[in-house]
Amino acid sequence: MKVVVAMSGGVDSSVAAAMMVEAGHDVVGVTLKQWEDVDGNLPTAGCCTVGDAEDARRVSAQLDIPYYVLDYVDEFRRAVVEPFGRSYLAGQTPNPCVECNRTVRFKALLDRTAELGGDVLATGHYARVVWHPSGYQLKRGLDANKDQSYVLHMLTQEQLERIRLPIGELTKPAVRDYATRLGLRTANKPDSQEICFVGAGNYRDFLSDHFPETTRPGPIVDQAGQQVGSHDGTSGFTIGQRRGLGLAVQEPRFVVDIDAASSTIVIGDRDDLLVDGCVVQGVSFVSGGPPPSRSVEVKVRYRSQPTPVLLEPDGLRWRVEFASPQAAVAPGQAAVFYHGDLVLGGGTIESTFR
Amino acid sequence: MLYLDHAATTELRPEAWKAMGDMREDFGNPSGVHAISRSAKNRLEADRERAAELIGASRASEIVFTAGGTEADNLAITGAALASDSPAHVVTSAIEHKAVLESAAFVETVGGRATIVGVDKHGLVDPAAVVSAVEPDTAVVSVMVANNETGALQPIAEIAQAVHAAHPGVLVHADAVQAFVSEPVTVSKLGVDLLSLAAHKFGGPKGVGLLYVRDGVRLEPVVHGGSQEQGRRAGTHNPMGVAGMVAAMEATVTERSGFRERVSEIRRSFEDTLAGLVPGLRINGPVDGRLVQHSHLGFPGHTSETLLIRFDQAGLAAAAGSACQSGAVEVSHVLAAMGMGEQEAAESVRFSFGWTSVASEAELACKIIGEVLEDLS
Repeated sequence: MKVVVAMSGGVDSSVAAAMMVEAGHDVVGVTLKQWEDVDGNLPTAGCCTVGDAEDARRVSAQLDIPYYVLDYVDEFRRAVVEPFGRSYLAGQTPNPCVECNRTVRFKALLDRTAELGGDVLATGHYARVVWHPSGYQLKRGLDANKDQSYVLHMLTQEQLERIRLPIGELTKPAVRDYATRLGLRTANKPDSQEICFVGAGNYRDFLSDHFPETTRPGPIVDQAGQQVGSHDGTSGFTIGQRRGLGLAVQEPRFVVDIDAASSTIVIGDRDDLLVDGCVVQGVSFVSGGPPPSRSVEVKVRYRSQPTPVLLEPDGLRWRVEFASPQAAVAPGQAAVFYHGDLVLGGGTIESTFR
Repeated sequence: MLYLDHAATTELRPEAWKAMGDMREDFGNPSGVHAISRSAKNRLEADRERAAELIGASRASEIVFTAGGTEADNLAITGAALASDSPAHVVTSAIEHKAVLESAAFVETVGGRATIVGVDKHGLVDPAAVVSAVEPDTAVVSVMVANNETGALQPIAEIAQAVHAAHPGVLVHADAVQAFVSEPVTVSKLGVDLLSLAAHKFGGPKGVGLLYVRDGVRLEPVVHGGSQEQGRRAGTHNPMGVAGMVAAMEATVTERSGFRERVSEIRRSFEDTLAGLVPGLRINGPVDGRLVQHSHLGFPGHTSETLLIRFDQAGLAAAAGSACQSGAVEVSHVLAAMGMGEQEAAESVRFSFGWTSVASEAELACKIIGEVLEDLS
């Protein structure tokens, strides 16, 4: 089989490529150039840097596979970076990795796999694609700490048929061991933490550079509407945030609402954070349709624990009712439905309700 | 691998290998006093004389050895612009190599000015437009002999003549890096004051080149240090590289007319066969006024990024635009300057033949291209 492997220059995708080679496939490595500095070159700091592309190139050479850099700068700007800015402008908390997977990695690149000479596309995500008589299933990665199925919830049957996620069967330490055994230069490379296009600074610097409107100062008010402080822009906040409010109060205070239109941050105590459910839009289901049982679990953030919910169709949207009230549910984040290890599908949180 | 990317670089010629091998014992630094140095110096200066003869320069001292074509271009543009008391004005064209365009941009950052003259849809520079861009403080006009992407031959002799006639004292620089392998390059006939060459484009080693500097022309150095090359280019000489370059120049000049005949026939057969295989195939640049070794083609409905990858996997090496640091294919500023739309530009691939090319390669290349296109359809 001919396999195109998306290589970021990190250890996970290096091992994904190595596993495909060791399985006897005909492998081609590619790196997506998604973001560029003003000079048109890859950034030199952050993720997806010149150094990362160089690591991917060197690993490919070691695996004796061809390697190419593909230009997705325009697509990425249009489909990921601009919506990222727009989402903050609307007072939401976006997840750009989800948008990248949806429109760039598993759409534009996957659609192009055949053109690049591949039968399937492999990536270094911690999740599993499993064939089942009822169709392809998407499952959480075996390493619970590293599971990335959350950012892959939008995948469909047609896509899963052409996707391989080889490292989903491994734990992170096993991935590093695998790389060490082969002597891959990325074996001990630290994991990237930040958003790839944000680079060396933090995401707020990025937003003030690229979307200055998101860093408009405004008031911080309490539940009664009383001003208790001020802030440098709503984009610095997400629902449930406790740190960085700059308030001189005894009790813990949390961001409970973000009103981007008036550039207002509303704070409250822990109880004010709790919501009974959320409305999710743009929902897709991995199997092609909603699950037979509407009692499922949901993750509302990449790092949150799954919690039991009841799904209710609501026109084109889905109402998600939590079995017990949940805190820190932020519009813009993905709500991903699970049944145990099985990813059922998901969408984007539009609003919350009590 | 069928190599049709000779314009990017080409294989070292055996003459160059031999000349460099002969330098094994002449390891001396030409700037020293002792016998070992003297021997290296003698060879370097003999090579300088030979290089001068091969491009029709009147004296050996008009040759400045550099570490390649980019440095030669930098020295010509920046060196001329900064040679007078205050940073001056430079005129160049929109299809120049980045080595020239970025030098012009650099001149602007240090207080000088630059005017970039456009080209027509064939990628040709109009001599009248160049002349009218000259201003009272213009130090240098730089236009390439032939474009490195399309191969479009520029009316450089006319430009030099027109500029000198209208504005005596303004220097004319020609980047002959891509042209030298197939076009006669005689500085006296071209009438230029400055001319750049890069060895690796014609079968010499990488990292060595030269700038012809007409006698009497003063340039501000861009590499600072020792007083090598009469103070025009600091840094220990590269006698082995120079030996390889001059041997390759010699072989290139000797074989040039044969090369032109052979390669133009290979290209004709390549383009004719391909036109029959690819509906709507376009030739970018002037069909009859381009370097014989260049074939810059547009493949309707296919992106060069995909084509290059598929060609590579099928064993055919070609190029598009200019590769950036990461290796991704960038949209060509040359095609943009010709007024080509973004899509058409993104469908363009450059095939370039070289001194190792043989007749059978045309057919083989067409076969590979045909199979890739068939598979993509």
